[in-house]
Amino acid sequence: MDIYLLEAIINGILLGGVLALLALGLNLIFGVIDVVWICYADIVMCGMYAIFFLYAQYHVPLPLAFLIAIIGIAALGILVHLFIIAPVLDSAPINQLLATGGLLFFLQSFATLLFGTDFRNIGVRLPVLEVATIYVSFARLIAFAVALIGAVALYVFLKRTYIGTAIRAISQDREIVGLMGVDQRRIYLVVSGIGGALAGLAACLLALQYDVHPFIGNTFGPVIFMICVLGGLGNMIGGFIAAFVISQIIAIGGYYSSTELSYVFAFTFFIVLMFIRPRGLFAP
Amino acid sequence: MNLNHVLWAVGLAILIALPFLAPPYFLHLVIQILIWAFIYTAWSLMGRFGFVSFGHGAFLGVGAYVPALLWNYYGLTPWLGIPLGVAGAVLLAIVVGYPCFRRRVVGHYFALVTLALSQVVLLSLVAARDITGGSLGFTQKAVGHSWYALQFPEKGYFYVIAVLLWLAGLAAWRSIDRGIGREALEAISEDEDAAAAVGIDVMRQKMRVTIVSAALTAVGGAIYGQYVMYLNPETVSGIAVSLQIVFAAIAGGVYSLLGPSVGSLLTLSLTEGLRVWFGTDYIGAANTIYGILLVLCIIFMPQGIVGSLQGMRRRGAIAKPLVTLDRQSATRRPSSAAQ
Amino acid sequence: MTPMLSLATVSAAYGSFQALFGVSLDVARGEAVGVIGPNGAGKTTLMRVISGILPMRDGTMSIEGREIGGLPAHRVVEQGIAHVPENRRLFPRLSVEENLRIGAFIPSARARFAEQLDWVYQLFPRLKERRGQPAGTMSGGEQQMCAIARALMSKPKVLLMDEPSAGLAPIVVQQVFELVHRIRAEGLTVLIVEQNVQQVLDVVDRAYLLEVGAIKLSGTAAELKGNSFIREAYMGL
Repeated sequence: MDIYLLEAIINGILLGGVLALLALGLNLIFGVIDVVWICYADIVMCGMYAIFFLYAQYHVPLPLAFLIAIIGIAALGILVHLFIIAPVLDSAPINQLLATGGLLFFLQSFATLLFGTDFRNIGVRLPVLEVATIYVSFARLIAFAVALIGAVALYVFLKRTYIGTAIRAISQDREIVGLMGVDQRRIYLVVSGIGGALAGLAACLLALQYDVHPFIGNTFGPVIFMICVLGGLGNMIGGFIAAFVISQIIAIGGYYSSTELSYVFAFTFFIVLMFIRPRGLFAP
Repeated sequence: MNLNHVLWAVGLAILIALPFLAPPYFLHLVIQILIWAFIYTAWSLMGRFGFVSFGHGAFLGVGAYVPALLWNYYGLTPWLGIPLGVAGAVLLAIVVGYPCFRRRVVGHYFALVTLALSQVVLLSLVAARDITGGSLGFTQKAVGHSWYALQFPEKGYFYVIAVLLWLAGLAAWRSIDRGIGREALEAISEDEDAAAAVGIDVMRQKMRVTIVSAALTAVGGAIYGQYVMYLNPETVSGIAVSLQIVFAAIAGGVYSLLGPSVGSLLTLSLTEGLRVWFGTDYIGAANTIYGILLVLCIIFMPQGIVGSLQGMRRRGAIAKPLVTLDRQSATRRPSSAAQ
Repeated sequence: MTPMLSLATVSAAYGSFQALFGVSLDVARGEAVGVIGPNGAGKTTLMRVISGILPMRDGTMSIEGREIGGLPAHRVVEQGIAHVPENRRLFPRLSVEENLRIGAFIPSARARFAEQLDWVYQLFPRLKERRGQPAGTMSGGEQQMCAIARALMSKPKVLLMDEPSAGLAPIVVQQVFELVHRIRAEGLTVLIVEQNVQQVLDVVDRAYLLEVGAIKLSGTAAELKGNSFIREAYMGL
């Protein structure tokens, strides 16, 4: 096999890890609260800016900067729920979609206002590994590993704890969980916080690889939605697998043509698949 | 003659008088408001029946780029290029719309499939950078005043075109509002199965409104392109412009004739006003405030501005949501009942 | 003696549609009480109001003298009321044991989870065999057992059962009513809503007849079994 193709495939798998992490966060929020956060990728952008300023500007040690970003973005997630989602919870689904869309506008423009449109890099240069003449970026490798650890941690949390079980239960029967003593509003806050924390974690991983700018959300936001829908909105395992399918299409497509066209392939694949399986790849 | 007729008469009189009185900058703003009002009205033809499309960025992009490309590379007059662009947009609408409706892709899923369509057009335009100039944008070859090229350096011509276009959009809205198709479409957005059961051709009604909406949007994109004489993939396609269309239409209100136009008037004068106010020192300030207003509008005026004003006028009227999604999607929650 | 559960002139409505009109009823400690009546009489509404899923419009409601009217559902459970909902409403994709774990969500029950789990597995050995299976894949009767067990996990004082026999095969219905016997033997207070009048009157001490959202009749099980109106209208005798 062509060595560069192999390299593309490996990079695709590594990219898939971060996308899978984001898809998990978005799917968790959708599955439990039944709201699509159109602005999810822009919340990641906030996290990337937080890391940039903490580390590159104020010289906070990187691990501490990461920790602060994760906690900060988790708090942001809770605030988004309290101030934007909670007031429209009983509205038509499209109003909820639009409320988070308004937040998308706000976050992008506010970031432009505060930081300008410059591309900023935290300036951490990690080595490139060479394994049998294949070059693999160390940053991507770390991102992949951490994303997997994050996904496993989430899985254990959902599987083993009372709150986790309640979170899974609530997406199966919204009304009846109250009878079990579960306070729906509290679960929503917890889930928004976890969704935010996952976005914060993804921000850490992306900050190592990409420059941050106010519109970075537009580049991978639509891809995340596509992954979630492909896996079946709310289906976390489906989304996890779909992340790797899509990242492979992007990676291999990018190898044979250009980056933009590889995304065109991915989106087209998505549209066609929606016609074949309208409720996602893994719908029963 | 009632109050409404008087208001219309006054409004039209102002529109006719404007080009003679207004300074060029102001006229420029009005032309943009009218063109976008036309596009938002075209979107609301679908939106009001619960088909929330984020794909209008795709129709807009095809409508704008096809005539521009044909003009630059083949010298084809926009009088033929525009119909070809519209045909392209309609084809796209059919290719995506038909399977969507057949396979019952509704609600969130419909929104996200159409969003993907917008991205496909955006990214294709960027990828074909050898032809389209990619994200640097595309400028039509200017030939000065020409009916053949549909280029007019004087704003007055485009002003007339924009007014006529806008009126045509309103007429289309009204004909659907008054036509028998409206009840069928409302029934479909309430409950598709029930509508089919009483003999409504669900497919035909949905396709009809989708094709009309896509075609008009493409026309809007073409005229916009002819007017500004510069196209950029980001401003005529993709997620950003699609969101802009959905927002402005809904902010104005999709259930009333002038709702989308009010949305255009308010959003454009707001962003323009804020832009002038803040100047170039604070890039993003205008859109920041715009974003906040959007969120507040959706939380506190869920029927759109015009809808809320009408609601205040006849108090006690039953509140309608911004848009009612197909019922299947509104009730389709992951619950045990669905198992 | 204060009754275990007491409702006085409770009214409830769905929007502008009033479903309950001043319902009063008492259940003494350790007693089993039935609520019977036709479809649409408001039986399920009554259950939903007691457990707090549907807010009460008017009236008072208390458990052991403590007011619970107006509490949200998740607070009512903490007061010692567990509700086995109509149609069981298990979490179909969670395993049996996870369903039971959710049943023990309230802090007081979490502390005693292992103990309670042993107890319900003893009551329903079948569930222990199926503990790892997704709840939605079990038979109707097993699902009903699981729903009851889930409610018992919170160690309630009062068990509300809404149509436990609905949709089950006759032989399974028999088993479900035997379960009610066993639960009573464990000292629980039971309020049960049923359309299966004849059989429910065999397991309860007293019963109320609910028609169009109001109590029409009440008495001991024996009295109601002998009542000619009940016999004709509800038992087809």
